[in-house]
Amino acid sequence: MSTATAQKKGFGATLWDYLTTVDHKKIAILYLVAGGIFFLAGGLEAMLIRIQLAVPDNDFVSAGLYNQLITMHGTTMIFLAAMPLIFALMNIAVPLQIGARDVAFPFLNSLGFWLFFFGGVLLNVSWFTGGAPDAGWTAYAPLSTTSPGHGVDYYVMGLQISGAGTLIGGINFLVTIVNMRAPGMTYMRMPLFTWTAFVTSVLILFAFPALTVGLFLMMFDRMFGANFFDPQMGGNHVIWEHLFWIFGHPEVYILVLPIFGLFSDIISTFSKKRLFGYSAMVFAVVLIGFLGFMVWAHHMFTTGLGPVANSIFAIATMAIAVPTGIKIFNWIFTMWGGSIRMTTPMLWTVAFIPSFTLGGFGGVMLAAAAADYQYHDTYFVVAHFHYVIVGGVVFGVFAGLHYWWPKFFGTMLSEKLGKLAFWPFFVGFHLTFFIQHFLGLMGMPRRYWKFLPNQDLDLGNLVSTIGAFLMAIGAVIFLINVIVTSVKGEKVSGDPWDGRTLEWSIPSPPPFYNFTQTPLVRGLDPLWIEKRQGNGKMTPAEPLGDIHMPNNSFIPFVMSLGLFIAGFGFIYQVDDKNWLIVGIAGMLITLGSMFVRSVKDDLGYHIHKEDLEKGAGSE
Amino acid sequence: MAKNTNSTSYEFYKQKNKEEMKYQLITFALMIIFTLVAFGMVIAEYNPMFTIPVIILLACVQVGFQLYYFMHMSHKGHGLPALFLYSGIFVALLTVLAMVTIVWW
Repeated sequence: MSTATAQKKGFGATLWDYLTTVDHKKIAILYLVAGGIFFLAGGLEAMLIRIQLAVPDNDFVSAGLYNQLITMHGTTMIFLAAMPLIFALMNIAVPLQIGARDVAFPFLNSLGFWLFFFGGVLLNVSWFTGGAPDAGWTAYAPLSTTSPGHGVDYYVMGLQISGAGTLIGGINFLVTIVNMRAPGMTYMRMPLFTWTAFVTSVLILFAFPALTVGLFLMMFDRMFGANFFDPQMGGNHVIWEHLFWIFGHPEVYILVLPIFGLFSDIISTFSKKRLFGYSAMVFAVVLIGFLGFMVWAHHMFTTGLGPVANSIFAIATMAIAVPTGIKIFNWIFTMWGGSIRMTTPMLWTVAFIPSFTLGGFGGVMLAAAAADYQYHDTYFVVAHFHYVIVGGVVFGVFAGLHYWWPKFFGTMLSEKLGKLAFWPFFVGFHLTFFIQHFLGLMGMPRRYWKFLPNQDLDLGNLVSTIGAFLMAIGAVIFLINVIVTSVKGEKVSGDPWDGRTLEWSIPSPPPFYNFTQTPLVRGLDPLWIEKRQGNGKMTPAEPLGDIHMPNNSFIPFVMSLGLFIAGFGFIYQVDDKNWLIVGIAGMLITLGSMFVRSVKDDLGYHIHKEDLEKGAGSE
Repeated sequence: MAKNTNSTSYEFYKQKNKEEMKYQLITFALMIIFTLVAFGMVIAEYNPMFTIPVIILLACVQVGFQLYYFMHMSHKGHGLPALFLYSGIFVALLTVLAMVTIVWW
């Protein structure tokens, strides 16, 4: 095993390895690559939007295409870029941070990825088959139920499939964190990133079913003649808004919470200090997660819910500022008096704190229901959520990639290029979105294809577009950094940052079984404790023994491919019932592979003790 | 000595299993009775405003029986599943209640 895997493999073998892998580290790379590609696609859409809005009365894209661009930009960035990048970070770090050899269900981990991937591809196929979805990423009924063509059908099927993948991933991390912590790793000794991954998984478990239900109703309305959202037939279109936001609001916390945890780890590492107020941080995360479920109607203040509902949801929304404030202050107090190293991950983190806080202020302003009548559906909203999502999630993903790059690939991204990428992105981000607050307050509506000249909107929009180009430059420099780093291929040690948590106690990249012997955890920041009070290495909690590993499997790919094919069948059976054959064939592929998986025993294999002593798997 | 301990623990577990079996049989009987009562009320054509809440109540009790006596949630080490169940029920209830009152009230 060892010598065979250590040798350089051909392209075909590597491809097959990644198609069938159940190793959480390789799945993390898959998530990273797929999420990165979708991020570039979403970014390209954003650039086209900004070019269209660079000057007044522009005709760069047509109105219909503009609607498709804004819809796909939002949908892609949230579901196909931010989500998988978060999952990439969770996959690479969570099992290592808790001292586990893999996630609880490696097979499901792979299935979750392939479902997400095929869902995303299905959604993007719509560009080439007569038009992408064009009803906004929120797909409000009746606009979405009456939108002509098949765009919104692709939205429904694509999100349904990728949503199933996300749900599977979330459940997997829950079970992993509950059951697979190393001896001594109690809940209150878990690194903050693991804690936030845990709370995020709970949110996924509770929130995604609402999306699933909403999408099913939408699917039946559009494809099978149901009338759930048609008031003329006794339906109610406001229900879609509720279902979407019951999912949609927790979704933004699903995205940002792991990033909070990641920043906590980074700040603690690069300040050489224990995280200030650890238990308060955990409490704040859980509280944000809980409150995140009770605020969805603040997206619907102008729907006409009535003053009582508006007031309740306004107050609940403002309450979230309290635990978030706890976190902001604890980050600052962690840095206070620490010996701070301004590495690239730390740079993104330090930039995150004021950027995200600005977004939070905008959020509290929007939460005031009476004032929201003024802000609603203007660029003020656009500015607010880009501040929290870019200033939070995107900054976080950049920080996390720089921080954990050694665990992904065994190399270090160049610090110099990393900082070079940071500055244009950071400046561009504030240029793009800060001014949009004022554009919104001046009355520029969201989602409009063009604006007219001489309404005081010209300069602000031009500035915004220039900022977008700066962000694109930053992203390109990051890509150059990735390429340069992988061409150079300089391997680094297991602990290049002088880390505090378990992932830094093993080599970079980790061997496929992660820990030769499960480590014994003696407290919070376990590696740091051993560095200070022990010999700098983790004490093993078990004797060297055989390691049980799962077999690779191609079944998750086939299962997801079946749903992908079935998706086309369901979309086009509206035009011609013969397409149902395709739908049924796809479902048969999926159900057949599920059947094979159920009846075929797959017990995995063992790495023997003797091979471990010879250094199996370590390259 | 070792043999003695074994037989004591054997006795203990035997006793315990017997007790558990008893509880399971009782709950099983109760659940059948509940079902009969529910059917009976519908057949007897009581006022639906009375029948429906009672049936829902009986259903809730049956879920509890199911979880605690047949799925062993009362045993040790089920704290976390219980926490997830109850927080899930709580969140779902609050969400559905809020949504239904906003939309239809």
